[in-house]
Amino acid sequence: MSDYILEMKDITKDFPGVRALDKVNLKVRRGEIHCLVGENGSGKSTLMKILSGFYPHGDFEGEIIFEGKPQKFRSIHDSERVGIVTIYQELALIPELTVYENIFLGHEIKSGRLIDWNKTIAMAKQVLEKVKPDLDTSRKVKELGVGHQQIVEIAKALTKNVKLLILDEPTSSLNEGDSENLLKIIKDLKKQGITSILISHKLKEVVEVADSITILRDGKMVANLNKEDGFSENEIIKYMVGREIEDIYPKRKKREFGEKIFDLKNWKAYDKTLGRYVVKNANMYVKKGEIVGVAGLMGAGRTELALSLFGNPKNYAVEGEMYFDGKKFRFKHPGEAIKAGLAYLSEDRKGTGLILDFDVKTNITITGLRQLVRGFFINENEEIVLAEQFKDSLKIKTPSIEQKVLNLSGGNQQKVSIAKWLFVKPKLLILDEPTRGIDVGAKYEIYTLMNKLVEEDGMSIIMVSSELPEILGMSDRIYVVSGGRISGELSREEATQEKIMTMAVDY
Amino acid sequence: MNFIQELGVLLKKNIREYGMYIALAFIMIIFTILTKGLFLSARNISNLFNQMGYIAVLAVGMTLVIVIRHIDLSVGSVAGFLGAIAAALLRNNFPLIPTILIIAGLGILIGLGNGFLIANVGLPAFVATLAGMMIFRGALLVFTQGTGTIIIMNDTFNAIGNGYIPDIPNNTNYHLLTIIIGLVAVAFYIMSDVRTRNNKLKYNFEVLSMRMFVLKEIFISAIIFYIFWTLASYNGISWTFAITLIITLIYHLLTTRTALGRHIYAVGGNPDAAQLSGIDVKKITLFVFGSMGLLTAISGILYTSRLQSATPDAGNLFELDSIAAAYVGGVSAAGGVGKVINSLIGALVMASLINGMNLVGVGISLQYIIRGAVLIAAVVFDIKTRSSAK
Ligand SMILES: Nc1ncnc2c1ncn2[C@@H]1O[C@H](COP(=O)(O)OP(=O)(O)OP(=O)(O)O)[C@@H](O)[C@H]1O
Ligand SMILES: [Mg+2]
Repeated sequence: MSDYILEMKDITKDFPGVRALDKVNLKVRRGEIHCLVGENGSGKSTLMKILSGFYPHGDFEGEIIFEGKPQKFRSIHDSERVGIVTIYQELALIPELTVYENIFLGHEIKSGRLIDWNKTIAMAKQVLEKVKPDLDTSRKVKELGVGHQQIVEIAKALTKNVKLLILDEPTSSLNEGDSENLLKIIKDLKKQGITSILISHKLKEVVEVADSITILRDGKMVANLNKEDGFSENEIIKYMVGREIEDIYPKRKKREFGEKIFDLKNWKAYDKTLGRYVVKNANMYVKKGEIVGVAGLMGAGRTELALSLFGNPKNYAVEGEMYFDGKKFRFKHPGEAIKAGLAYLSEDRKGTGLILDFDVKTNITITGLRQLVRGFFINENEEIVLAEQFKDSLKIKTPSIEQKVLNLSGGNQQKVSIAKWLFVKPKLLILDEPTRGIDVGAKYEIYTLMNKLVEEDGMSIIMVSSELPEILGMSDRIYVVSGGRISGELSREEATQEKIMTMAVDY
Repeated sequence: MNFIQELGVLLKKNIREYGMYIALAFIMIIFTILTKGLFLSARNISNLFNQMGYIAVLAVGMTLVIVIRHIDLSVGSVAGFLGAIAAALLRNNFPLIPTILIIAGLGILIGLGNGFLIANVGLPAFVATLAGMMIFRGALLVFTQGTGTIIIMNDTFNAIGNGYIPDIPNNTNYHLLTIIIGLVAVAFYIMSDVRTRNNKLKYNFEVLSMRMFVLKEIFISAIIFYIFWTLASYNGISWTFAITLIITLIYHLLTTRTALGRHIYAVGGNPDAAQLSGIDVKKITLFVFGSMGLLTAISGILYTSRLQSATPDAGNLFELDSIAAAYVGGVSAAGGVGKVINSLIGALVMASLINGMNLVGVGISLQYIIRGAVLIAAVVFDIKTRSSAK
């Protein structure tokens, strides 16, 4: 039955100090959905970058055979010409342009020398018909949610006569509804004969959509599973991490909480550029040693709430009262919030979390450099020692702490982002989507770390998350946010997925 | 690996870093040949350093401005304007030290004004400083309208741009203090390099092999010492050169070893992430433009003192010369990348080019064309080597 659309043979790729891929073989059957899974840094993205020509022929060892023919791609352009289109996790859309402009960006439809806009709009509608008929093509991309932006990317791929669609963690920044939507689209495309390779850390969806699964570990292919033989999450995890993981969420002690360390009263934030309230009358508190989950749909205003507390970098007009650690505060700048003992892990590690051109060490210490200053100068020895400690304790996979974070895999970048906040030893840590793009093993490590922080170090945590199982598994108490206001509060005992979802859509 | 291979690998890996030095060596050799050795004569080298001083000082400040993704087009006009004020004050017998302090203060104020417009009001740096460029050029013209060129009679002031540091008494033909400073500089350089290397070894970071390290130390020490030796055989270190070196050293330490320096590069690398990490981006912007203003004042003083007079066209095109020097030195307009020492070398490359072309007698029009071509070549080289180092 094996009609392979793609075979990658003995692919080996070295970076300075790391072998990212070691004789990897990947075979993809025509018309299937092939999932690629593996721990952070196991080489998934690198393998796809080789396939798409991002790393040109000659930059790696091994062979690529697409539709029976050996291929030597010199650029992304070459691979697109034969029908391989990649959708990267960082979307490549222009926010200021409309949907139809974006769909045909780079291969505009022309009559003579000018762009034929009427035809462009008609064609855009035609493509969207296949994926999302009700999307308005004349809207600007920046007005769409991430879920719809992904769909625009797919539509763009469809106009390029795609035969093999590669999606690198498309669902990691989507909530469950949008994820389901996207997966449905991929399944529909399969019916139309389009083959897909899907990278994901969400094993549930992998099991659901995959026809076959290739598992990488430390740059080597360790297993290839087929739907006919049946998949199970546990089996996949075993291959991924090389051992069994019994629980997804670590066990924890029965906790006693202290005083209220954080108390928010009638908090409002008005976004002047949008011209509306992004946070409406929020009342919430956090006790010492508590993990408070903040659930809600994408765009419900959770990040806006967090930012308005954390020094208000977006310059919202803020009203209301905030008590933190016994004092009343209205931080004017994130620096003040940090000094008072607050920390905020950004949901967007590449855009607003990390300085990609800096190395691991300098990214970790940037939040609290002053504590390393002796006299005039930074004590670089101390800095190295501290950074090494974080590298070990968070198991950041990098050849050296002097590696640029740009060169780290997504999950390891996330660990660096967490490390930079632990470095300032906050009293209240706000984690915005802390496990986005992180593998199961590393998730477990981060959860364990969170428990340790509240149980042993007396920290308190606010965890914003779109993943309900994570909210339910980790929180002592849960707030649900909807349309900029807090629409409900649930204790750990009474919380269920259904209850949260009802509150999340309650406007 | 044998020695030649190792050297090859090293050069290839650090081609970006070394490229500029190779270019500088190349320019110097060409002009030395064309001028039959005149270019490398003690007198000319001394002259060269004096000519590049006022641009080098600006290039150092401009590096930081470009690192945080801005630009300052006003520096030329402001330098000229402040120079004229200094001249006017001195002509009215205002004492020297207060004059210099006032000029420095005015420079900082003007810089902070630019910074305020950019950081707090939100004007694009290009627009804010373009306006400053026009305003201060106009102000300079108004200021010198009645008098024309203002001649400066204060000898101490004029020595800044034309004089040399004093010597300790001795009976050689050499400037002894210059030689001593040269030796100290070499010792300092070697010590700091050895310290860095030992540190890296301690933490198992990658370092040069021992023989490469020794070779590099000998090579660079020889060049440093040769420069001071040459100067010593003429009049010694000029005040201009001394000021340029001290400023570069201070900024080098500031950018590489202090928290403030790290914050500046963080703002350049990713302003949003920097802000969320607690860095006050507005303050950093104000600081960088304020420092640019101070350096502009110093540049104005160096230039006015060198000419011993203030003229209506003083400072013309300084902004572009200093921006060019910074780019030749490898700063990136995308932000976060650029070293002040390299900008100093960039200024030296451009100054050598001008000096050499003048010696050879190349016409002014052709000079502009060649300088433009060199600027493009330098930046193309930088971009090419950057993407291959990916
Ligand atoms: N440009 C680069 N320079 C140096 N090392 C790199 C570079 N790109 C990737 N690596 C290294 O190669 C390995 C594989 O990285 P890759 O991004 O393929 O992982 P991944 O499986 O996609 O992980 P994740 O799930 O975290 O996204 C990692 O150890 C990473 O640090
Ligand atoms: Mg990846």
